[in-house]
Amino acid sequence: MTADPQAATKTGYDAETVASLTADATAIMARYPDPRSGLLPMLHLVQSVDGYVSRDGILFCAETLGITAAEVSAVATFYTQYKRHPNGTYTVGVCTNTLCAVMGGDAIFDELSDHLGVGHDETTDDGAITLERIECNAACDYAPVVMVNWEFFDNQTPETATALADKLRLGDDVVPTRGAASVCSFKQMSRILAGFPDGRADEGVGAGEPTLAGLKIARERGWTAPSSGQAGEPVEPVETGPVGKPGSSAERPAATPSDTAVGKDKKPGEDAK
Amino acid sequence: MTTLTPVLTDTWDKDRSWRLATYERAGGYAGLKKALTMDPAALVQTVKDSGLRGRGGAGFPTGMKWGFLPPPDGGPRYLVVNADESEPGTCKDIPLMLASPQHLIEGVAITSFAIGCDHAFIYVRGEVLHVYRRLLNAVEEAYKAGYLGKNIQGSGFDLDVTVHAGAGAYICGEETALLDSLEGLRGQPRLKPPFPAVAGLYARPTVVNNVESIASVPAIVANGADWFSSMGTEKSQGHGLFSLSGHVTRPGQYEAPLGITLRELLDLAGGVRAGHELKFWTPGGSSTPIFTQEHLDVPLDYESVGAAGSMLGTRALQIFDETVCVVRAATRWTDFYAHESCGKCTPCREGTYWLKQVLHRIEDGAGQDGDLELLVDLCDNILGRAFCALGDGAVSPITSSVELFRDEYQAHIDSHGCPFDPSASALFPYTPKTRTPGTLAGAGAGGH
Repeated sequence: MTADPQAATKTGYDAETVASLTADATAIMARYPDPRSGLLPMLHLVQSVDGYVSRDGILFCAETLGITAAEVSAVATFYTQYKRHPNGTYTVGVCTNTLCAVMGGDAIFDELSDHLGVGHDETTDDGAITLERIECNAACDYAPVVMVNWEFFDNQTPETATALADKLRLGDDVVPTRGAASVCSFKQMSRILAGFPDGRADEGVGAGEPTLAGLKIARERGWTAPSSGQAGEPVEPVETGPVGKPGSSAERPAATPSDTAVGKDKKPGEDAK
Repeated sequence: MTTLTPVLTDTWDKDRSWRLATYERAGGYAGLKKALTMDPAALVQTVKDSGLRGRGGAGFPTGMKWGFLPPPDGGPRYLVVNADESEPGTCKDIPLMLASPQHLIEGVAITSFAIGCDHAFIYVRGEVLHVYRRLLNAVEEAYKAGYLGKNIQGSGFDLDVTVHAGAGAYICGEETALLDSLEGLRGQPRLKPPFPAVAGLYARPTVVNNVESIASVPAIVANGADWFSSMGTEKSQGHGLFSLSGHVTRPGQYEAPLGITLRELLDLAGGVRAGHELKFWTPGGSSTPIFTQEHLDVPLDYESVGAAGSMLGTRALQIFDETVCVVRAATRWTDFYAHESCGKCTPCREGTYWLKQVLHRIEDGAGQDGDLELLVDLCDNILGRAFCALGDGAVSPITSSVELFRDEYQAHIDSHGCPFDPSASALFPYTPKTRTPGTLAGAGAGGH
């Protein structure tokens, strides 16, 4: 006999939601030797349904893992990405750690705060934007940095940031500097962070200009790492299935010198072969 | 002159650099193929011989860390990659994983084979969505190509890799806090010993290594230990990513042998922002005592930076010119440490809170005579007394800046305010807003 999923839960979720959450939670727990390791992704998962860590979400995690609601709450309140009240469709985070702050992050935050009429961890009345001061997000060479749903918007100014916020409030697509081709919603983002990818890994760039600053100089000056007589043979590329859309550049066979890595692109040791 | 040595960065400018096929065309996975023909103990020895030291900040010899695992007892052993890059100023692992995640995946496979691990974890911070996408995709590609999964490359070696997203907590970069977090708990550091090598993830023998450390392994295996140790200095061997940020003409990633100097790096990066001069800088993130112009020629290796009174850390070179108020900088870093203190131990939890109060009143013009002594005394009561390195890191910017710029702190107290115009340090002109109590608190309020 199949139990009614709702009968077994104290959450207020309907049967359909319980069934889909349970299927996803089962997949999460299967990734780990100990199912308790699934709690962090599971909290991202409930945020993908409710837009924050709700009472129902906490109960669901507790019931699924066989731990108390207090134990789940203890974890949920420790991490800043778990929101304790409904989040906006977009989290707009301005880095105000020291380096970004002095480069202009403080001015960007203050301008956005005035422009949107909300302070840190507050949401605009239309539910579009939750504004945050965020800590260093590992993009210091692109300062000042703004993150929208944890996608990079590099080298911002008060003007670009307010224009970005206006587009978000209008529901227009915005394009990260380094990220997917558009920013998904907070709930969609939370589902990815729960470990359910959306198939957009191939969108966007591999690197921005600062990331390549040193490499560019090395190329210009012909600098390479030392060569070695012990380098291994290059491995034949293995195609692993579809990459981009049919007919996109991803389908293109190796045709140019850079495709087959000759000249200055050689790995250490290729000279010796 | 020291020249740059692209190894990890070497594929980053290629079309679709993150794809497995791109990586293979550039010689990727030659290291794994070679490793699978070797005795695991010989692999550990190769990494020991290379001199590779942890690239996550502490600089502990990587091969030695692997060698600390007890002999196999038939139970599981784990590799956990620390991809929780969050130290202020540090911005090397995130671009690496965005541009070339296969460097890391190949390193994970080789390391797992070397230490007898059949399930490895990559703990990436949750605040980098596209990096997480790229990592998940890279793992999937590696499975399909037979570099992960069952019977890898016909060797009989099995390996599963799980990419795990954190949820926003700097402390999870501390290796034992990371393990607690990975077990589904609050990310708080554990008492050591036992060290993770003996009782780590699920109380099993575990190696925790930084992204750049693990990504450096494939080339060491492919090219040999001598190749790696031919770069760098006698005790700080190999290549490393140096991340220049702040008031520098061309900020970014510069992959160079350890031992290069900031003067050389600044020369490559076009110098300090035009019309300005270097005031202070961090050699390895905000947790490393600050340096000044006097330290431009210190070789950036573990020993030389240590001898000069700081730490090489993560080679996060944050450059601040003369427009920057050092009190403002230290105050904001202190806000960060107070926010990120996990609360487990009293010296750090309470100490960072009080440091923040004193610093804010100095910066806001309410400083009192004796506040500098109070600050230094507070720092003395945290340093060496906290449960983990976060507390020590929190006092570094304060003690070092008070020592180097005591007059500037005193000027804040004497003149009841900050003598600097904050807009002068920004990259664009603006008029700073004045905040009145009761309205929106603004960026400088502290606390998150």
